Amino acid sequence: MTAIRTPTLYQQVVDSTPDGHRLDICLQCGTCGGSCPSGGDMQHTPREIFALLRAGYDDEVLRSNTPWYCVSCYACTVRCPQAIPITDLMYTIKQQAIARGYYDQHAAAKFSETFVGFVEQRGRSFEFGLATRFHLFHHPLQSIRLGMVGLNMLRHNRLALRPKSIRQMEQLAAILNKAKELAAKEMQA
Amino acid sequence: MDDRRVGVYVCHCGHNIAGTVDVEQVAEWAQRLPYVAVARHFQFMCASTGQELIEEDVRELGLTHVVVASCSPLMHEKTFRNACQRAGLNPFLFAMANIREHASWVHPNDRDGATAKAKALISAAVSRVLRQNELEPIRVNIHPATLIVGGGIAGIQAALEIADAGHHVYLVEREPSIGGHMAMFDKTFPTLDCAACILTPKMFDVGTHPNVTLLTYSEVENVEGFVGNFQIRVRQKARRVIEDLCTGCGTCWEKCPIKVIDEVFEAGLGYRKAIYRPFPQSVPKYPVIDVENCTYFRTGKCRMCEKSCPAGAIDFDMEDRIIEFEVGNIILATGYKLFDCRRIPQYGYGRLPNVYTSLEFERLTNAAGPTGGKVTLRDGETEPKSVAIIHCVGSRDRNYNRYCSAICCMSSLKFAHLVKEKTGAEVYNFYIDMRPIAKEYEEFYHRILEEGTHFIRGRVAEITDAAHTAEEEGKTIVVAEDTLLGRQRRIPVDMVILAAGLEPQADAAEIGRMFGVGCGTAGFFTERHPKLDPVATMTEGVYIAGACQGPKDIPDTVAQGAAAAARVLGVISQREVTLEPIRASIDESRCSGCRICNALCPYNAIEYLEAEGVSRVNAAMCKGCGTCVAACPSHVITGAHFTFEQVMAEIDGIMVDVYSESPTAPLAEIMA
Amino acid sequence: MTSRSYLYYPGCALQHRSHAYEVANQAVAAELDIELVELDDWNCCGATEYFTINRLPAYALVARNLALAAGQDGGDLLAPCSACFLNLYKTDRHMKQYPALAAKVNKALDAGNLHYEPGTVRVRHLLEAIITDIGLDELRARVRRPLYGLNLAAYYGCLIARPYPVFGSPEQPTMMDRLLEALGANVVPFSLKTYCCGGHMTQISEESAFEMIHRLIKNAAESGADALVTICPMCQLNLDIYQDAANKHYETNYFVPAMFFTQTIGLALGLAPDQLAFGQEFVSFAALIEKIQDAPPPRTRPERRPKQALPMPAMPEEV
Ligand SMILES: Cc1cc2nc3c(=O)[nH]c(=O)nc-3n(C[C@H](O)[C@H](O)[C@H](O)COP(=O)(O)OP(=O)(O)OC[C@H]3O[C@@H](n4cnc5c(N)ncnc54)[C@H](O)[C@@H]3O)c2cc1C
Ligand code: SF4
Ligand code: SF4
Ligand code: SF4
Ligand code: SF4
Ligand code: SF4
Ligand code: SF4
Repeated sequence: MTAIRTPTLYQQVVDSTPDGHRLDICLQCGTCGGSCPSGGDMQHTPREIFALLRAGYDDEVLRSNTPWYCVSCYACTVRCPQAIPITDLMYTIKQQAIARGYYDQHAAAKFSETFVGFVEQRGRSFEFGLATRFHLFHHPLQSIRLGMVGLNMLRHNRLALRPKSIRQMEQLAAILNKAKELAAKEMQA
Repeated sequence: MDDRRVGVYVCHCGHNIAGTVDVEQVAEWAQRLPYVAVARHFQFMCASTGQELIEEDVRELGLTHVVVASCSPLMHEKTFRNACQRAGLNPFLFAMANIREHASWVHPNDRDGATAKAKALISAAVSRVLRQNELEPIRVNIHPATLIVGGGIAGIQAALEIADAGHHVYLVEREPSIGGHMAMFDKTFPTLDCAACILTPKMFDVGTHPNVTLLTYSEVENVEGFVGNFQIRVRQKARRVIEDLCTGCGTCWEKCPIKVIDEVFEAGLGYRKAIYRPFPQSVPKYPVIDVENCTYFRTGKCRMCEKSCPAGAIDFDMEDRIIEFEVGNIILATGYKLFDCRRIPQYGYGRLPNVYTSLEFERLTNAAGPTGGKVTLRDGETEPKSVAIIHCVGSRDRNYNRYCSAICCMSSLKFAHLVKEKTGAEVYNFYIDMRPIAKEYEEFYHRILEEGTHFIRGRVAEITDAAHTAEEEGKTIVVAEDTLLGRQRRIPVDMVILAAGLEPQADAAEIGRMFGVGCGTAGFFTERHPKLDPVATMTEGVYIAGACQGPKDIPDTVAQGAAAAARVLGVISQREVTLEPIRASIDESRCSGCRICNALCPYNAIEYLEAEGVSRVNAAMCKGCGTCVAACPSHVITGAHFTFEQVMAEIDGIMVDVYSESPTAPLAEIMA
Repeated sequence: MTSRSYLYYPGCALQHRSHAYEVANQAVAAELDIELVELDDWNCCGATEYFTINRLPAYALVARNLALAAGQDGGDLLAPCSACFLNLYKTDRHMKQYPALAAKVNKALDAGNLHYEPGTVRVRHLLEAIITDIGLDELRARVRRPLYGLNLAAYYGCLIARPYPVFGSPEQPTMMDRLLEALGANVVPFSLKTYCCGGHMTQISEESAFEMIHRLIKNAAESGADALVTICPMCQLNLDIYQDAANKHYETNYFVPAMFFTQTIGLALGLAPDQLAFGQEFVSFAALIEKIQDAPPPRTRPERRPKQALPMPAMPEEV
């Protein structure tokens, strides 16, 4: 408990976020925590996440539900008195959690993955497939309730049953594969 | 070789230089530069022992020129020039090489590089000093009167100090009365004494002092001249009330049918008439007619004030008056303006009725204010049961102002006390850091803690009327993270006070330009030295005092006002000042009369002689900035101490081969 | 009026889930002589999800659209969805701001024989383009059925207001307020106009999502709004299809339909409800149409402030 920690995650997070180094000048003022619409449900406020990150409590940061409850509303970012790109840092922490194998713990991570899976297969997202696939796998009970919403959506002509694809899927796949390859290299560096 | 003999002194500056630069090696190397008779290194050249070293060498070795390699000339050029002078050497035969800021401090991890650079800088100084000329300082008489711009507590204090010492003061104030912000307050921290009780006697003294010419409702229009001899032109706006006749009885503003919101003295929270006196203790006591709002000036009808005035003091035809006078010194005391809280929309000011600014609250709680000192909501009658006070509004925020406004922690604590005292309401102070940092301020904070104020550490995220729960209905809700708990909190209150920051006056840059004073990044006037000379400016004879130099409370303001006065009195008592002889001069025989330099000189020091068709520099006004020297297309302007030869020699000197055993500047032969 | 032409990036949501928005956009565009040329073979912008998983592929995904847009004539690239707008705008900005990132993204694009020079495509949101390019005066002139008597809350949501202040204030923008007024509607003061709709929270934590949605409908209703006007399919989705569930969760019964802003414009231009795909919403618009009056409601005189009331600070007009 009292040992001095070496913050390793901190460096990685700030290095891989545009303007992430501004986090060095965080005042711990709490404007972000106060502004966050999901703040009440987060295990740690964004400010606390930054404090933990600096102090080297990497594990706690990666386990926290905080970044997954971030809805990217940018309220914190525009209000932060030190102009820290908080929302973008949240994205990076999520990426780190996935890269380091912590993501199982978050429904949100699964949701994002399912979503991305669709985009990678078809180039478009497809909400009927998404909602069912996601909920059947992860929330079998809840999916009954949400199924009602789904049915209702069908009734209002708001769900497609057939997925759409883009024409040049191979081109997109090639681009994404190359980008992933570059990203993997970035991670190693 | 001739008989020029240079002494070179390499300073260790303790560890500051010697920690990085190999001073021993540098001195040894410098010894081999042409004309160098002696090169030494020493621990602290600025110490008396260091200075004595120079003096001894000048006398005993017959040095003709001196170079000290140490810190910035801003720091110690004067020190070493004086040492030369004491030894009988003209002080302008001295040059300084800055091997601290320019070598050791900027290359802390590169000993060899820093050492080499120090050598090059010394070579440059030696090469230059050999071409320097003896110069004689310029002396001018000091006019004993002083101009003070701004009649807040800073200007008032300075005026009284100087006037009491027997010298004349012109105090120019833009508003109809002196007093500044302090006149708006009810109580002042940390002692909570009544602002009016301590301020109005001083205002009265200024108004009646035989040595003070008080020019209210006035602004400086033009400044010319230089230290000791400034020519000032002031425009006094037409009051339209004849001061000699008016008794200040008040009949006119009672009868005036036009009510306007008073944005200045009442901070927008109260009203005044079209003919008005800002507050009962105004100095002077005479009203002014605000022609923008007066019906007579708008429609040609009314004249109620004229009809009712028992003294016949109203003069609708009065015109602005131009007043010209001479002074020897100037003090700028123009104060601050409050941050405009509407710039932070999420704090709701202007949208949510019960969000007040700090200045509004000062008026609200003032016995002479719009509610007679009753703390109420915007409806003018309901007393709040809960009040939130928000610190750091517009301060410590890169979206607005980066700096800390220094006084608002304390004024927020003061508000907490006043609210409690007057209403018994629950008070919540939201702060990032508590900064009660002066004598008896921490104690004041403790007193407020004891009074039961709630302190929540967290910068407020937003203030909203969007209620969430039943207890929030109809309230103003303050949302913040309580950072000590790591929890979001929503505190519903009846009233919110925004402790807005202090900003430079909107026209600070303009005023600064008129008086030759710069503004820093935050926009406040720049002092000559942030630590060692906080009241002087880069323009001789112009001083600054109070919040125009940076946010500060009344005690510091008064201290600075008095300090500026002391400086002015010091100058006056010398009767004459010595000016640096570093001046530009124009070779009139070769000047083509193109007048390019005339407009470029930032100090208006160049006049055009119509008859001769040439330009001439007024040596007393020239600051030696060199702008004209560089601009003259005929190359006929010379800057003393910065001649073409001297600058070229310096450049030549810096090109020395620092690794050579017998160093010489590459072009030394040709240039000599 | 000269017709205007734009490249148009509808985004996935408008394909099915928010098809009504697409219908209204096309109808209003036709009415206003705007040509919307669909970006050929566009792909998903990644919403808020892709940036979560992997940053570089996320940029590459978006940049493919930008590269396609740069290669297709048609004008500025318009997005009707706030998330699409932000992703496209941000990718362009970041590529311009961080050359190292641009180089990597272009390396990826290269694998698909594409290239994007940051700054070449001007990305805009449909609302902003209509307001700045057509202008309120012209819109006002084209209104055939003024929305007299309708009390509307202009709801901007977050992504359009932040982090790039293309709509003026990131906290209290007024651009859409002015638009709705030009249509004849009465715009109610709405404190939560840039408060988050909950985004994808419905999929992750219903509790959180319901709370956010509930706050919005409650505040809109209490501000006197007959309807919310949205400019983003995600916002509309959350406010519309989850309104019932959020009400149930909090045991309330607010009823605030959420319209797409082009549906509102279309109505004022005199288009028929079915031309604007009315009926696809969960919280019905039917009552709104009934509410529209033939003449502007009589101006209610502002309440007289009591004599002792203190003046409010004047607010500068936002441009
Ligand atoms: C809400 C609030 C509460 C405060 N409470 C306290 C307190 O309790 N205790 C305390 O110690 N400090 C307090 N302060 C700080 C205090 O106001 C300042 O320290 C003090 O007023 C500074 O005095 P000044 O003379 O420098 O400036 P000011 O009071 O601003 O006076 C400047 C004067 O110059 C005039 N002027 C400006 N420009 C020109 C021009 N171009 N030509 C002519 N005249 C000009 C202005 O009209 C004004 O009269 C408080 C500040 C605020 C905002
Ligand atoms: S708002 Fe900015 S400075 Fe304040 S705690 Fe959050 S990240 Fe740090
Ligand atoms: S961007 Fe994310 S962390 Fe920031 S306020 Fe919005 S939800 Fe919270
Ligand atoms: S102008 Fe006349 S009425 Fe007004 S205060 Fe002076 S003397 Fe009295
Ligand atoms: S003339 Fe002007 S100042 Fe005089 S009473 Fe009438 S409105 Fe007031
Ligand atoms: S003095 Fe206190 S309230 Fe004012 S800016 Fe500084 S920290 Fe904030
Ligand atoms: S050096 Fe030239 S430009 Fe500078 S102050 Fe002197 S005369 Fe003016």
